[in-house]
Formats: sequence, structure tokens, C-alpha cells
Amino acid sequence: MLAILVKEKIIAVVTSENFDDSKTGRLVYSYDSTPNYQALPDAVVSPRNTAEVAEIVKICNEHQIPIVPRGSGTNLCGGTCPLEGGIVMLFKHMNKILEIDEENLTATVQPGVITYDVITAVESKGLFYPPDPGSMKISTIGGNINENSGGLRGLKYGVTRDYVMALEIVLPNGEIIRTGGKLAKDVAGYDFTRLYVGSEGTLGIVTEATLKLIPIPDAKKTMLALYQDMEAAARSVSKIIANKIIPATLEFLDQPTLKVVEDYARIGLPTDVKAVLLIEQDGPPEVVERDIIKISEICRQEMAVSVQIAQSETEAEALRTARRTALSALARLKPTTILEDATVPRSEIAKMVKAINDIAAKYKLDICTFGHAGDGNLHPTCPTDARNHEEMERVERAFAEIFEKAIELGGTITGEHGVGVMKSPYLELKLGKAGIAAMQAVKNALDPNHIMNPGKVFMDDSRKRVKVGQ
Amino acid sequence: MTKLQEQQTIQKQFNERMNQEELLNCMRCGFCLPSCPTYIESGFQESHSPRGRIALMKAVVDGLIEPDEDFERSLDLCLGCRACEPVCPSGVNYGQLLEEARDIVNQNKRHSLPVRAVRKAVFEGLFPHQNRIKNLTGLIGFYQRSGLQKAARKTGIMKLLPENLAAMEKVLPPVPTMKEMKNRPEHLPSIGTQTARVAFFSGCLMDTVFLETNNATMKLLQLAGCEVVIPKGQSCCGALHGHSGEKESARGLAKKNIQAFEDLNVDFIITNAGGCGAFLMDYDHLLKDDPLWKERAAAFKEKIKDIAEVLVAAGFHEKVKLELPPQVVTYQDSCHLRNVMKTASAPRLLIQSIKGVEFKEMQQADRCCGSAGIYNIIESEMSMRLLDSKMVHAKATHASTIVTANPGCLLQMKLGIEREGLAAKMRGVHLVDLLMEAVKKEAVV
Ligand SMILES: Cc1cc2nc3c(=O)[nH]c(=O)nc-3n(C[C@H](O)[C@H](O)[C@H](O)COP(=O)(O)OP(=O)(O)OC[C@H]3O[C@@H](n4cnc5c(N)ncnc54)[C@H](O)[C@@H]3O)c2cc1C
Ligand code: SF4
Ligand code: SF4
Repeated sequence: MLAILVKEKIIAVVTSENFDDSKTGRLVYSYDSTPNYQALPDAVVSPRNTAEVAEIVKICNEHQIPIVPRGSGTNLCGGTCPLEGGIVMLFKHMNKILEIDEENLTATVQPGVITYDVITAVESKGLFYPPDPGSMKISTIGGNINENSGGLRGLKYGVTRDYVMALEIVLPNGEIIRTGGKLAKDVAGYDFTRLYVGSEGTLGIVTEATLKLIPIPDAKKTMLALYQDMEAAARSVSKIIANKIIPATLEFLDQPTLKVVEDYARIGLPTDVKAVLLIEQDGPPEVVERDIIKISEICRQEMAVSVQIAQSETEAEALRTARRTALSALARLKPTTILEDATVPRSEIAKMVKAINDIAAKYKLDICTFGHAGDGNLHPTCPTDARNHEEMERVERAFAEIFEKAIELGGTITGEHGVGVMKSPYLELKLGKAGIAAMQAVKNALDPNHIMNPGKVFMDDSRKRVKVGQ
Repeated sequence: MTKLQEQQTIQKQFNERMNQEELLNCMRCGFCLPSCPTYIESGFQESHSPRGRIALMKAVVDGLIEPDEDFERSLDLCLGCRACEPVCPSGVNYGQLLEEARDIVNQNKRHSLPVRAVRKAVFEGLFPHQNRIKNLTGLIGFYQRSGLQKAARKTGIMKLLPENLAAMEKVLPPVPTMKEMKNRPEHLPSIGTQTARVAFFSGCLMDTVFLETNNATMKLLQLAGCEVVIPKGQSCCGALHGHSGEKESARGLAKKNIQAFEDLNVDFIITNAGGCGAFLMDYDHLLKDDPLWKERAAAFKEKIKDIAEVLVAAGFHEKVKLELPPQVVTYQDSCHLRNVMKTASAPRLLIQSIKGVEFKEMQQADRCCGSAGIYNIIESEMSMRLLDSKMVHAKATHASTIVTANPGCLLQMKLGIEREGLAAKMRGVHLVDLLMEAVKKEAVV
């Protein structure tokens, strides 16, 4: 519960219409897309502009009240679960595209704008904003920036980080700063834009962002390569890249994932094969044509049983959409769906796929795998039941082993979903003690009272990764 | 019962009766958010989204929150349009969760006296009795007689605005005479070579207020080569009851209908109202705990088809010459026809087969128009907001005809046209009435 005084102060800033501390109002912001995390905030506040954000942050900083900034709550690391109460801050009023600058090729937007709305708005002007997470029709740019989200086009075009040029940020003390600019070059001081990308709401609040745009590619082709052997599919990925072809998209789906996705989408995906690669190339028509032929050859050499090229944009879009639903579709199988985000260098992808299979067998678990194969970013997913404690123990041990294997192969514990609360116990595995201490020093300097999204990224003890039961 | 006791009973029943597997099946991905009209119209309030509503139901089951007024508000504002279902990759059956939740709340709530009177009049006094519906000379007449209108005005719970009421009165079709309503056919032969034998579910509102539409439906079926039987024993589908937390009465009606259609030896059971058809298709779920009826309900469900699907399958649009004076036509999906019966392309194909018609798809044709059973009366404010956005898109097509496939949607479209002052330029018609108009005279024997 917020003290009456604090409540009154916040209402004075945003009006009572934008302040909600009813039980219902708080409950619906107690969760995100991460299984097994739920905690009620004390209130939900929806500021209307940067000045109001700054006012609220000042009040919270003064009274040491946690702030959890929240986009659409689609993150997969418990990132918006208000573990320590406080206020959840929404950006539903701050959801405008402020400007599309066709001379500098930038878009300036507010944090609450939906990713897909930005993509379609710039495309209507012949421009291209590549980061397209599977959740793009729901996720916000504020969320994308703070998780540094990837997408289906990451292999060739990079991730959100590569498209953020400037930010307006409200610091934890309520000061407003601007970083970067519509500038191709800028070395004036530390690169705070990069620091805040992927900061998971723990260093301040993004209130405006200027995004980089590029011209939209002329042509695009989409294909499916089918395999009876998962590792053969993984080998194809490494080989395509080794042949100096960088496809726009190079996604991987295994058989169990294919089955549930087809069950939902009903677009005639093959369900009798062990793995599928969804491959896309874009660019000038001649290059696309040449690359697709070459990729097909490589896939066949690597034992693809069939290679199919989408005959129309509708067909291609159906394939992409189906791929985006993979995670939610897997949720059909069992009450709880635990998904991971281990990432390895591209050359190691076949080894990682094999390791996941071996680990699944060792712990007697069904692990389905899909992901951005071209980025070395796999999502091993375990359909399970949080109420089955014995099985959850095994899930936890299996995932710990998967993480260790990823690190051993030169990889990381999370490629794009962020650390949040879910992966904080494993952060040390990647960073080491000194690495964590350096990051904590940054956190302490900017947010000495730890009001911004507390309990995320760092953890104090070796808390268990999967919180069993509720 | 005190309020607190009431909440405790509701909570207990949530725990016992809600399908917990189904609640857990929602992985909170939010894929349903962009398709939920109340989420969008409420300015992106999670408590008025499918994901939020499911989380709230689960929280009551888990005892995290009490089923308080805000909780009920969230359930009440849901249109039940089920646009959240086809877009859910996880396959959450939201409609069934909502129905169960509403049933629990309503059965355990002491409604205030006027509300009780209204509910009783509607759910017990009127809809189960076809002859009583017949005896009413029109919807407005019914409002006045049942005391509903008075109650609505007195309590303010039914914020039926006087201007809406006046408009509503205008949009009702000419009500048929008693004689017309009483001499209904029970069997009609096919016209031309017989391709199928079908039964027609005539529906309670459709067979009174929309009698002409029913006549057209049967005629089109005959023309498509169907022998049509219209069993006497059938009754109201129960959708209104089921969606409003009167499940037990709905079950009674379901059994009556299953019985009436069971031994007819037909290929399909045809409906011409998406709202009814979808509810008929849910009978197997409604009766899932009744071992004597479960299988009979499943067999019944298998046969339910919308008229548009059957006409297309029978090649009606290729067989029969269809022509109208030149006009632009647009189509508003019936939510339940689209989201539950999965019929979306057949009506469009039929419209496009009419010579002289230029079909223009309106933006967001798949979004609820706000009619939603009696929602437009009970939640008039939200309903009118949805209708206003709908009309913006409809107008943008420059259509002179808006076609729908459900009586509720049709009335709402007519209301929208009336409210916009477009009655001179635009009309709303049921798909079968449009097709009937387009049938060249010589085809009808
Ligand atoms: C089905 C599904 C598919 C997905 N696919 C992908 C994928 O392909 N690639 C990928 O990378 N991710 C994916 N995700 C994860 C998720 O969608 C992304 O992390 C997304 O960026 C989150 O956006 P959001 O608006 O929902 O943010 P939220 O979940 O609300 O927030 C995410 C983080 O950002 C912080 N935050 C939000 N707004 C602000 C702000 N204005 N200022 C400061 N901090 C803020 C929050 O505190 C939180 O830490 C997927 C998720 C789902 C459910
Ligand atoms: S789309 Fe389905 S699983 Fe996802 S939040 Fe909505 S109901 Fe839940
Ligand atoms: S039924 Fe319609 S209004 Fe209700 S939650 Fe689903 S989409 Fe929203």
C-alpha cells in the first residue's frame, strides 16, 4: 500500500483517472509472459508526458518506492513482475509516432508505440525498420529497447540496439537527459544510448526514442528446407554462412514445434519431418535469385529431403506468421511452458542442438527447440507442469546444464529475452564476479536508492531459477 | 446473504467449477490483445482484455482477489465476441471460460429487484416460449409490456437512451401478422434436382420479427437443391441465456432442440443467424457433464452449418443467376459466425457472385459492431462507441448496402445508419435477403 501522502502526490500529477490501486487494476499488472511469476504492485500509474514521468520518478525516489516500467508485458524473463511492489508505470498515453524524417532516415517515437505500427508506418513511406520480434504486433518500442530484442530478420540486419540512435531518458533522480542524436557519428562522451538499450528498466525510463531506418529492400524470397535429421539442419545453417551468404532470415523449427504450429495455423506445414529451416533472402532481385539457388544447393548437399520456395507473398507471410506463434502454440501441450534463450556462435549451432537433445534424454524430458538458428540463438522449450515438483527439479537441472554447455561453446545465457529475475542466478556464469561488480557499480551510481525495477538482473544469493509453485 | 458471504460463495464455486487446465493454458503471451474490441476502446486497459480477464478469473480461483465489483465490471464489459479465440496460438477456449464465470456470478448474486424482474421476464417468461414471442407485436412492444423499459429508465442500469430507443423503433422491420407467424411450413421439396436433405433451425427472433428472412432462407435452400424440413418441436437456441449466466435454462433448451432434430435423417442443420449457430455448436460443451446427452449433443453439433456455407457447397451461386441494380456492397462479419463457426469467405463469395454488385471490404470488418446479444442495451455506452467506429469504416467504402448474417448485427447496422442520418443513402440487409433480391424472377417457381 502506498502511503496516503504519496498517493495524493501522484494523483496531483497524473489525475485520478490515471492512477489505479484497485485490487483488479493491480492484479492485471502482476504478471508478464513469464511462467510462474506473479506479484501485485501497490498501484498502476499512466503518465501522459515526459514531464509527468519525471515528477512521478522524483516522488518515488524521495519516498523510495519501486517503479516497474511496463510496455505490453510480453517479456520472457519476469522483467515486469513487480517483485517488490511499488508502482507499475504504463505508457498507454505515450504511444505516438512523433516524426518520420525521410531526409535523415529516422523515426522518432514514444515508448508505448506498438512495434508493428512503427514497421507499417515507415513501410508506407518506402522505409524499413528491421527489428521484428515474434511478439511485434503486441510489444512496444520501449520494451524492445529495454530488452534489446531481436527478431526474425536479426541475422542480416541486427537487433534493436543497431537501430537506436537517440534516447530521451528520465533518470532515477527525476532529471531528464537526451543521448545521441540523428547523427551518423557521435563520440561526445560515453555512449549512454547503448548503455540504456537492454537495461531492462533498471537504470531509468525511456520516454522517447529516435530509430534508424533504412531503405526497404526491392525483392524478397522465402523458402522451407525439410530435414529428417535435426543436426543436418543445423549443419546447413553453419554451411550457408560459411559460404558467405547472409540470409535475412534463417529460422529453425523441430518436429514437435512444427506439429503444434501446424495444429494452430493450418497452412500445410510438413509435420512428418524432423526439422525445418525457414529461410529468407531480400535485396536486389538478381542477388536474391542467386542466393536462393545457392542456399537450396547447400541444403540439398546437407541432406535436406526437400526444398520448397513460397510461391507468393501471402504464402511467405503465412510461414513467417506461423513461425512467430511457435512459443504460444507450444503452450498448448502442457500447463507450464518453460523456455530458454541460450545463444552460441553460429559455427557451434550443430553442437548445441546435439547437446540439447542429449540433455533432454538424460533428464527424461521433452524439449522442443525452435529459434533464430542463423543467430545461433535457440529456444529450447520444455512443456511441463509447475505443479509437478519432481519434474520441475529435472527441468531446472537440465536447463542449468544447457546454460553451461552454451557458455562452454563460447555462448551466452540469454540472446534476446533478457536477464530479468528468471536468469539472474546465471548471470555470474557469463560475466564472472568482477563483471557483475562493474555492472553493479553502474547501477549504484545511477540509481543509488534502487527504485528502478528492483530485483531484476542482479541477485543476492543463489536463488533457484524456476520458482516452483506459487 | 451479505455481500461478503456472496463473494465467498462465488469464490468457492470458481475454485470448484472453473476449468483450471484451461486457465493455465493461457501463457499470457498477449497475442489476443490487438483483436479485443474492449481492450482497444477502453484505451488499452488490461482489465478489459482477454489476457486480463483470464488472469482475473484465475486470481479468483486461487483466492488472490475477491470477486468484487471491479471484477464483475470486467466480465460485464466483455462482448463475448470471441475474437480472442482464433488468434490464440495456445488454443484457449475463452468463450467457455467466460460462460462458466458469468454463470457462477449470476447464480450467486442477489440482483436488485428491477434487474431480477427484467431477467425473469427475458429468460423465463419470454425466450423459451415461441408462442409468446409470436404474441408480441414487436421488440419495442415487448420492452414496454415486460416492464423492461420502465426498469431500464428507473434504475439507469440499462442506459437505453431515449434517442437510441427512438432510432431502434425505426429500424425494426415491419412485424408480420399473427396469421403469417402461425402458418409455418414443416416440409418443402427441393426445386430442381435434389442434392441434399437439410433441416432448418428457424430460431425464435428469426421466425417472428425476421420472418421474411426465414422465408428467403428456405427458398434459397430449395433453389440450391435442398429438401428442407422444419421440425415443429424446436425452440430458442438458448444463446442469450448461456451468455448471460443462465446456463441451466440453456441446457433445457438444448435438450429440446437436440430431440427435435435427432431423427430427421438430414445431412445438415441450417442456421441463418451466426449467434444461434455458434451456440448450437457449443451444445456438446454445454452438456458435457450429462452422460445421457453428451453424445447426442456431439452428433447434433456435427450437422450445424450456416446457410452461406451450404449454398456455396451446393454451387448455388453458379447454378442460379444473381443480379441486382449496380451498387457498392460491404459486409460486416457476425462475430460468432466468423470466430466460432469459422464462416468468413462464403458470405463474401456469394455477394461477389451477384452481377451488378461491386464488393468493397471495409476495414476491420471482423471487429464486433457492439450488438452482442443484449449488450447494446445493457452496455450502451461501449456499444455505441464500437458502432461509431464501425460506421466510420463502413462510410469509407461508399457502400449503399451493408450486409450482415445475424439479426443482432443487422439491427445494430440499421441503428448505425439511422444515427448517422444516412437512411436515405445506405441500407442494412441480411445476406439471404440480398440474395433473394438478386435471384432472377424466372428462377423462382
Ligand atoms: C510469443 C512471444 C514471442 C516473442 N518473440 C521474441 C523474439 O522473437 N525476439 C525477442 O527478442 N523477444 C521476443 N519475445 C519477448 C518480448 O516480446 C520482448 O522482450 C519485447 O521487447 C517486450 O516488449 P514489451 O512491450 O512487452 O515490454 P515489457 O515486457 O512490458 O517490458 C520489457 C522490459 O522493458 C522495460 N520497459 C518497458 N518500457 C520501458 C520504458 N519506457 N522505459 C524503461 N524500461 C521499460 C520493462 O521494465 C521490462 O524490463 C517474445 C515474447 C512472446 C510472448
Ligand atoms: S493469446 Fe491465448 S495464450 Fe496468449 S494471452 Fe491471449 S488467451 Fe492467453
Ligand atoms: S470475447 Fe471479445 S470482448 Fe471479450 S475478451 Fe474476447 S475479444 Fe475481448
